[in-house]
Amino acid sequence: MQIIAAILAGIIFGLGIMISGMASPAKVLNFFDIAGTWDPSLAFVMGGALITTLIGYRLVFLRSQPLSADKFYLPTHSAIDTKLIVGASIFGIGWGIAGFCPGGAIPVIGTGMFEVLIFMAGLIAAILATRLLQAR
Amino acid sequence: MATTFTPYASLIGVVLIGFSAIILMLFLGRIAGVTGILAGMLLPGSPADWLWRAAFIAGMIAAPTIATMANIPTQPIQVPVEAPAIAVGCAIVGVGVTLGAGCTSGHGVCGLARLSARSLTATLIFMATTAITVYVIRHIVGG
Repeated sequence: MQIIAAILAGIIFGLGIMISGMASPAKVLNFFDIAGTWDPSLAFVMGGALITTLIGYRLVFLRSQPLSADKFYLPTHSAIDTKLIVGASIFGIGWGIAGFCPGGAIPVIGTGMFEVLIFMAGLIAAILATRLLQAR
Repeated sequence: MATTFTPYASLIGVVLIGFSAIILMLFLGRIAGVTGILAGMLLPGSPADWLWRAAFIAGMIAAPTIATMANIPTQPIQVPVEAPAIAVGCAIVGVGVTLGAGCTSGHGVCGLARLSARSLTATLIFMATTAITVYVIRHIVGG
């Protein structure tokens, strides 16, 4: 059941990315390019996804545990520390350069587009390298 | 490169992203944060932990094919960025999302939906640095 739910959630997530335009770096970069070729479509991404999830989570959390897991695995960190601020700042710089973010890029792998394969290879290498350095 | 304003398609798409996050929380009790799911798949804790992550990622990758088969209209994917810039950008993204423990989905959707102050901080910061980076590249360096 876990696997079926996870595949279904992945498909729906990927469809959402493809339908909304989050998969397209041109659209993502134009969302941020208020001074140039601005395309505000993705304002709906933050707003629409947030409101849907906000309501849905409220209902889900009425339960004491998930349907097919022993507990809710929620992040336990609550500190707003330097690492969070530096990490988020760095992420934004990379997103502004490449136009792909991890969630936007993974569904594009399914189209076989060359640029996304470069992005994913570098992303995975950088995640692993950062984790290794952190573990030292 | 100009793109078309697509409020309805974008709204439908993102409501689906919200549904996906709700399904993952309802059944598995997990945050639909793509960075966290991917990183946990690369460095898995246990076989069962790896399997649901791999299933989610596989579903994401299958989505374009399913959209084509089911005639679901999707936005064209246009990449106005040269390969070397993508190579630099993805490395920076990888470092940032690992240190910041999340990206657009984990902080920007799931974290905000949990009313997490950490996620709100992260989201405001990365939205700002992305906008600044795009401005610098397009209007200062490239302008």
